[in-house]
Amino acid sequence: MEILVCIKQVPGSNKVEVDPVTGVLKRNGADSKMNPYDLYALECGLKLKEQYGGRVSVITMGPPQAQAIIKEAYAMGADAGAIVSDRAFGGADVLATAHTLAQGIKKFGKFDIILCGLQTTDGDTAQVGPEVSEQLDIPCVCNVKEIKGVEGDNILVDMEMAQDIEHLKVSFPCLITVQKDIVQPRLPSYLKKKDTEDREIIMYTLKDMEDQNKNNYGLNGSATQVQRIFPPTSDKVQVTWDDPADVLAEKIYSTIKSRKLLG
Amino acid sequence: MGKLIVHQDKVTDINAMISICPFNALEEKDGKLEVNAGCKLCKLCVKKGQPGAMEYVEEEVKTVDKSLWNGITVYVDHVNGEIHPVTFELLGKAGELAKKINHPVYAIFIGSGIEKKAEELLHYGVDKVFVVDAPELKDFQMESYTAAFEAFVNEIKPSAILVGATPVGRQLAPRVASRFNTGLTADCTILDIHENTDLVQIRPAFGGNIMAEILTPNSRPQLATVRYKIMDAPERSAEAKGEIVKISVPAEKFKTRTQVLGITHKEKEKSIENADILVVAGRGLKKKEDLELVKELADALGGDIACTRPLAEAGWLNAKHQIGLSGRTVRPKLIITCGVSGAIQFVAGMNNSENIFAINTDPNASIFKVANYAIIGDIYDVIPKLIEQVKQGKGVKA
Repeated sequence: MEILVCIKQVPGSNKVEVDPVTGVLKRNGADSKMNPYDLYALECGLKLKEQYGGRVSVITMGPPQAQAIIKEAYAMGADAGAIVSDRAFGGADVLATAHTLAQGIKKFGKFDIILCGLQTTDGDTAQVGPEVSEQLDIPCVCNVKEIKGVEGDNILVDMEMAQDIEHLKVSFPCLITVQKDIVQPRLPSYLKKKDTEDREIIMYTLKDMEDQNKNNYGLNGSATQVQRIFPPTSDKVQVTWDDPADVLAEKIYSTIKSRKLLG
Repeated sequence: MGKLIVHQDKVTDINAMISICPFNALEEKDGKLEVNAGCKLCKLCVKKGQPGAMEYVEEEVKTVDKSLWNGITVYVDHVNGEIHPVTFELLGKAGELAKKINHPVYAIFIGSGIEKKAEELLHYGVDKVFVVDAPELKDFQMESYTAAFEAFVNEIKPSAILVGATPVGRQLAPRVASRFNTGLTADCTILDIHENTDLVQIRPAFGGNIMAEILTPNSRPQLATVRYKIMDAPERSAEAKGEIVKISVPAEKFKTRTQVLGITHKEKEKSIENADILVVAGRGLKKKEDLELVKELADALGGDIACTRPLAEAGWLNAKHQIGLSGRTVRPKLIITCGVSGAIQFVAGMNNSENIFAINTDPNASIFKVANYAIIGDIYDVIPKLIEQVKQGKGVKA
């Protein structure tokens, strides 16, 4: 069974601030890590391999330094890795990112199961997975809370819905996005890290892609454009009320009602 | 659409330039400043960098005839025809936006045996409800629902589509957006519209520390998802207006490569960690029986009861209800503490709650330091009055 896990390098911290005067983003160091949600997808991939045999590959898109997370995936047990990286891919929104990743996946190989984390901690959209599945024209199930197993050329999964669990049988090839806490991710192993130090990381750039039209990548291929970024107006309030009980009750109730906090 | 060009002769300080970029996308290579793949084209380096060092060059853009795309559409989120309330909130917003550009408001309702249920939508200011009703659409499957959605978009050509960010909406919207090669913005908190029908989509980025304003200027339809309880639901009008229009789609379009084996109804998990609303009892309570008062408030609000450590230790409530370092960590949307003084160990378990209301008789109680609403009062006076208010409010609503 060929398993592919899509992973992403994200900033180590979400604490980004905007300088209100200059409008410049204030950075807290350049530390970065593997998107925590992807660890669950990778663990699911490794478990499937252990149970049914096959190979686990990982793919990422990003600047060359994102190779660090492929090394991390190797130390957890991934067999092969590729990075999709080109200046032409910069400024990509969900649509262009999904297109680029799908192109990279086609180049990388044929996969039975593609696993993605539910979302990333930086973009936080949860949209790239399903968009990749559309670009590859394969079935897709998101919010998977349990992988029941593999039956022939199908995978059995439980999808979490608002009030229900939908039990699905999905035929290969397919894309699954898994929820946080679906499994406990293993820690990278020092021995594996040592063993895989020299393992190849394949690099794909625009010239490796089947679609050579530059306008389908990066900012040019993006349907959405960021017009501006600005600091949020904080709606955190701190007030003190010292009134008779009936006034207090009325104030509390009208505040929770207007802030839509009622169950 | 465009690209950045580096004018090396205008770069006076490479490191200063590199430090401007929030995405680490500027780097030094052989003494030259270069842009790498991390570039998000935010153009901060153009604005804040050394004058003339970075230039942004516009490139030819693909365009779309926006006048061919009409109507603000809301996707009707539902389970077996039971409409999710986010749908009504979005209809309210769609109405506002449509009015600004003089467009109609549409709803798209996909499912099986739902035609009758569609009538309810006519009370929320919708001009047309388009219904794709087929037995194959009984349970949500991405491929069949996308096929139905595709048929609707091809036939009606809506300018913008708003989708509730529910488990279904969050996976259906991207598949549809990708099929039409168009833009999708997740979890918008503010929506507006330009005269040229461009939807102004504002959403938090970077974990909510920055807001981004996003447009989909050259593609249609424009898709956006919005979470529940972000927009205001309009009042239900007594009179039904608008019409229900059926869209028929050939059954073979609904073929999927997934198969629904069954559906299990989720058991409601009751634990204070995943409660949205918590009412906390503290040592301000004089006796165990008074817990009933706190419980009554929690019930009226549709929330759960929690407590501080002394109460759990006295056996008034099970330890599962205890908040704090030796108990559970909670972050509900609403927490009301009743007679809680606010020991550090307690506060550590709840200070990330979104809205903290603290009721205490002591104006110097340390709980007031973390409270958004510091309420100086006696719980025995305030809570009964508050319960009355909540019950009255509910009575009016129903």
